[in-house]
Amino acid sequence: MNKIVNDFSITVGTVNGSGSSTANNTILRAIFKMGIPVSGKNLFPSNIQGQPTWYTIRVNKDGYTGRSEAREIVVAINPATFARELDAVAPGGAFFYADDIKQPITRSDITAYAMPIKQLIREQKEVPPKLHDLVGNMVYVGILAQMIGMDLEKIYAALDFHFKRREKPTMMNFNAVKAGADWAKANLTKNDPFVLEPMTKTDGMIMADGNTAAALGAIYGGVQFEAWYPITPATSLAESLNDYLPTLRKREDGKRTYAIVQAEDELAALGMSIGAGWGGLRSMTSTSGPGLSLMTEFAGLAYYAEVPVVIWDVQRIGPSTGLPTRTSQGDLTFAAFIGHGDSQSVILLPGDVYECFEFGWKAFDLAERLQTPIFVLSDLDIGMNQWMSKPFEYPSTPMDRGKVLSEKDIEELKGNWGRYLDKDGDGIPYRTLPGNRHPMSAYFTRGTGHDEQARYTEEAPVFQRVLERLKKKHKTAKQYVPAPILHETRGAEIGILAYGSTESAVQEARAQLAATGLRSSLMRVRALPFSKEVDKFLEKYDQIVVIEMNRDGQMYQLLCMDYPALAPKFRSVAFQDGLPASAKWVREGILNNYEGRKMKDEVKKKTAKKSIKKPPVKKKSAKKASDKRGAKK
Amino acid sequence: MTQTLPMAGPAVPTNAVGLSRKDYTGAPSTLCQGCGHNSISSQIIAACYEMNVVPEGMLKFSGIGCSSKSPTYFLNRSFGFNGLHGRMPSVATGAMFADTTLQAIGVSGDGDTASIGMGQFKHIVRRNVDMVYIIENNGVYGLTKGQFSATAEVGLELKKQGVNQYMPIDICMEAIASNATFVARSFAGDPKQAKELIKAAIAHNGIAVLDIISPCVTFNNQENAYHSYTWGKDHEAPLHELSYIPARDEILIEDIEPGGTQEVTLHDGSTIVLKKLEKDYNPTHRWEALKMLEEAQRENWLVTGLIYVEPQKPAFTESFNLVDTPLNRLTEADLRPARETMAKVNAWMF
Repeated sequence: MNKIVNDFSITVGTVNGSGSSTANNTILRAIFKMGIPVSGKNLFPSNIQGQPTWYTIRVNKDGYTGRSEAREIVVAINPATFARELDAVAPGGAFFYADDIKQPITRSDITAYAMPIKQLIREQKEVPPKLHDLVGNMVYVGILAQMIGMDLEKIYAALDFHFKRREKPTMMNFNAVKAGADWAKANLTKNDPFVLEPMTKTDGMIMADGNTAAALGAIYGGVQFEAWYPITPATSLAESLNDYLPTLRKREDGKRTYAIVQAEDELAALGMSIGAGWGGLRSMTSTSGPGLSLMTEFAGLAYYAEVPVVIWDVQRIGPSTGLPTRTSQGDLTFAAFIGHGDSQSVILLPGDVYECFEFGWKAFDLAERLQTPIFVLSDLDIGMNQWMSKPFEYPSTPMDRGKVLSEKDIEELKGNWGRYLDKDGDGIPYRTLPGNRHPMSAYFTRGTGHDEQARYTEEAPVFQRVLERLKKKHKTAKQYVPAPILHETRGAEIGILAYGSTESAVQEARAQLAATGLRSSLMRVRALPFSKEVDKFLEKYDQIVVIEMNRDGQMYQLLCMDYPALAPKFRSVAFQDGLPASAKWVREGILNNYEGRKMKDEVKKKTAKKSIKKPPVKKKSAKKASDKRGAKK
Repeated sequence: MTQTLPMAGPAVPTNAVGLSRKDYTGAPSTLCQGCGHNSISSQIIAACYEMNVVPEGMLKFSGIGCSSKSPTYFLNRSFGFNGLHGRMPSVATGAMFADTTLQAIGVSGDGDTASIGMGQFKHIVRRNVDMVYIIENNGVYGLTKGQFSATAEVGLELKKQGVNQYMPIDICMEAIASNATFVARSFAGDPKQAKELIKAAIAHNGIAVLDIISPCVTFNNQENAYHSYTWGKDHEAPLHELSYIPARDEILIEDIEPGGTQEVTLHDGSTIVLKKLEKDYNPTHRWEALKMLEEAQRENWLVTGLIYVEPQKPAFTESFNLVDTPLNRLTEADLRPARETMAKVNAWMF
């Protein structure tokens, strides 16, 4: 049998709340420490205990770690989903299952391995009975390790890390791993092709989740205030601030330079953050879609009253409560125009864990520079899963505190200043901070109509002037927001525009398409408003395919609005089912929309059929046809 | 920089921080002639002047409604934030972290607090945020022209609205139920008492809830309406005669009848002297306070005065162990971890 080395995916099907996440993270980390590119994605239910949950690990020597739809290795621990797991194994795949599940193996095109998990864990005398289920998960780690060649030393390192260098739990779990490995060595014969071999491709890299990275980034950005309300998948962002702030911002006097407040709801969370931002603190909140819905009225206030604040939206799938534990890029247009009346948001779109850190600190600079809420749209996949990453880098620029007038400044201006006056012509006014002791420093902040001196006004031209300046300020933002990342290919026929967590899947799809002769360039957009680099890219290619994880093609919509003249060449590839992007749907989506000249044969036929066979129908008959279809239903 | 700006003309009286009454005023009111809210604004100005408050050291907050417009009409030299309907508490809660040496006055209304903002109201009270929280309570929505509010009495009849069917919410009771540390009720028609209570509220460390019945002369001032001037004057039942004595002033014992007074010492050493009227009332017992409010509701008394006080409980920001320098004066050196910590953080990751 030919070996398949470092190129497969492992799916573990268990019951949530059973402690399997430690086991699965251990597998992920051990493979990472073997130098092999790997990703782990937890596909979990909105439930505490007893529901089916899956963990998928993608091992790929070429570094493509987007979710793979093929399941070469499946580990089945949950009796309730046994049949489903068995069906899902790719032909030629390997199926590891707990031998206490007394269900038939109905397939002959795979290799099945029964694992005596319960028996082996009972033999581990150091494991108290109440921990049998929990530590039992380590038995399948050991069996898998033996069968695919996972390094036991790396497994030890992963456990040592997980249990924070505490020897007792580390050894108890490691001994269970060893028991599994020893048993497999003595009792199983390898009949599948999947093996791991050490590489050096992860050297110097770290592994972290995006919410931790975002919190750390915020700390290096000098976060001083966060108010938040618990919501999946954003909760761990706020909790990470609580975890790391006491150490990273430790002072000799033991006093604190920050405050974290758990608010009564998301309205209050953003309200408090706005109060603190108005007061001159580096202030943020973190939430997900339903929370952002509640924050809408305050977001509008911050936009209009020009209060700096950072809002992290770790997106989950909506509408409404949706699927609280599944990923999405569905909040883009909502965030872009959040609030009633005219409003435009500055949005950052981190693509990975590294950028969660980077935007963690940059967002504060932008908020204070632009005096506006900065939305950072991460997603559940980046936020909660462990990703390989370049190490975090110390901020490359000093803090930008924006245009703030001190007592001295006001004195020099002889009190002659206006809170909403566009003195510099860039649409960004100057502000003073509460606590400024100059008698001419104060102003009255309001969400009602105001003039340049922050006084209430209903004067039509004055109101309009302030609103137009806000628009100008939004244009100014283009020069400050992170530039897109461009991957150009010589002779590319199409331009792909994507953002956020889909990049790995898109890159893999590009490689697959290139192998069949379709070359593409990729621009990963990292912010709104679109900067001049985006203009250039959109102009350059005859066809632009916009890839995203939502139903309606929200980025595509925004591009059509901002570039109406170019819109006819935009195609939307939007897909949303709650699972992270896979190369398969990206590839198929691109092919379904590809209309270029050098297309693959079958695509050529398909498109040709579309353009030739389609008769020029009159409106009336077209309507009839659709009515008929409706009637059939 | 706290001096009065140079002014022409004859010398005007100034207070201990060298400011004249004018330094505490705001823009001219745009509320109706005779509105109770205007009288409260005047008492805020008077209280701040007499207490030698430095305007730059005071923050003003409000929500939405007639009442919430009023922070424009006092303390021009103070920073103000007129936010969203019912959301004043959250904005104030966050803002108070910017510089904890600042004081704050919030002005809200009965709709703003007891309807749309009830949740935030209860939570700012629970957190004991250090600010004066005034509710200008008139039982009616003014800006939208006369709908019932949640504090309107059952049976109240209003033009176009019909008869109110529901029992009113008692804001003081709600505040006490949420563990408020200072709860008082006053009446815009009793400016002397209102001023003393505003002073005591400013001096109090923590949340000071001041429910001031403030008649709406346009929509709810009928003689028999519970939030009218006439009804208030006829039914006001002060719990005590109340005076606020700043910390540095000596209390002149001979001015006060022996046996008939109670003194409450606030966190800053100032004192509230409560002179007994008809009945004994001790405002330091939570249970007594609730019982009294219940009785007042049954008997249709407009009970005014200091209803409940707990002076020694720490205010919200005190539990955060913050640095002495105001947070909004910290710089990059205080806020950004040193460069060498980066390697350590990366090592913490796997």
